[in-house]
This record gives sequence, structure tokens and C-alpha cells, in this order.
Amino acid sequence: MARVLINIPKEARKGEVIEIKVLISHPMESGQRRTDSGQVIPRKIINKFVCTWNGDEVLSVDLFPAIAANPFLSFFAVADVSGTISMTWVDDDGATQTELASITVT
Amino acid sequence: MTVPRRQVLVAAAGAVLLSPASATETQVAALIKELVGDATLREGRVKLDIPLLVENGNAVPITVSVDGPNRVRSLHVFAERNPLPNVANFYFGPRAGPAKVSTRMRLATSQTVVAVAKLADGSCWMDRIELIVTLAACVE
Repeated sequence: MARVLINIPKEARKGEVIEIKVLISHPMESGQRRTDSGQVIPRKIINKFVCTWNGDEVLSVDLFPAIAANPFLSFFAVADVSGTISMTWVDDDGATQTELASITVT
Repeated sequence: MTVPRRQVLVAAAGAVLLSPASATETQVAALIKELVGDATLREGRVKLDIPLLVENGNAVPITVSVDGPNRVRSLHVFAERNPLPNVANFYFGPRAGPAKVSTRMRLATSQTVVAVAKLADGSCWMDRIELIVTLAACVE
């Protein structure tokens, strides 16, 4: 389980635009580097990230090896109803991780 | 027929220089063409925000935003001289707010970064930015 920092406001007014910021601790090994003995270090990156709000999609991202280590993402959503913001990402080895945050919309 | 030694050397040097260690402009152009399809690609609306002088290619802050009343369907970022041309694809869902995303990317060398946006009305817009990288992302 990667360490994660998520920054989402706890409350928002209806119709307000909120910023969602995520920082995931991950090496994002690009598969382009070699060890001292010349062997390719196998690629291991997060290749998919999906954010949903009560099940409705906010943003989905395809990530490539050109994304820096410890990927950071910032994007915007429109507050409509209270509920849960869910963020899921998929690793190259198939492992998935989901983080949840709740938000109250008034 | 004998080939002059000089020509052989020049050809060999050329082969080394031209070996595809990095993505090329044509590769990126092909990817964009595939993305855009029959629609016309126009400059504008999309805004790429990256420092023009990058001190550390391992983590380059990049912000892409799209103006205009139309909903943005997807946003794609390419780097022309990275080993692999793709950087990221963003797909905006029904809950998305303004189309503005930030992340951090790797840059292998000084090059041009291109962003293409596909809008809900089918139109495609792009922005490109040429930048200088002083410390490249480690490929070795």
C-alpha cells in the first residue's frame, strides 16, 4: 500500500468548484533505466487513475512512464451532492488501491 | 564497385545519430493524427503551462487548461523527444469541473511538449511549448 496524501475540502457549497489534489508515493520505474551491469530495470508504474463522486466519474487518467516519481495530480470537480469521493489506481502488476474521502455539500 | 572509406564512415556515423533512441516528431504527429481523425486541429483554447527553462527534468510541473464554453472530453499530452512520446491522457467525466489539470512529468532532453484537447462538439485544439532542459531525467 502506497502512502498517499489527499487534499479535498471537507465542505462545499452546492455548485462550487473544488480542487482535488492527490500525491501518491510510488517509484514510477520507467523501464528505461539500466542497472550498473546493463540490465533493464523492469517497468513498474501506475498506469490508470480514476476519480469518482458517488459513483459518477470525475476524471480518469492514463499514466505513462513520462510521469515523474511520486505522481501528483490536481484537478477540479463541481460540488453537487454530499457523498464520497473515491480514487482508485492500478499498478502495472495489477495491484489496485482505493482511497475514499467524504464531502458535505450544503 | 568500391565504396570510398570516407563514405562508409559518414554513413556509419549517420546511422548512430539517427538510431531511434527517442520518440520523434513524426511519431507524435502520427499519434495526434490518430487522435484527431477527420476533425481539424486548430491552435488555441488549450494552454500549456510549463517553465521554459527546466532545471530538473525528473519532475517538471505542468498545468494544462482548456478555455471555452464547450465541455472537454479528453486532454492528451505528448513529449516529442522523450524515449516514449506519451505523457498522459485525461478523460473528463460528468462530474468534472473546469478542464484544468496539473501533474509532474519527466523530460529526457530539451524539446517541444504538445497538448491536444478533444471537445464535446468534436473540435480539436492544441498548444505546443518549446523548452530547454538543463538536467535531463535519468534514462541511464
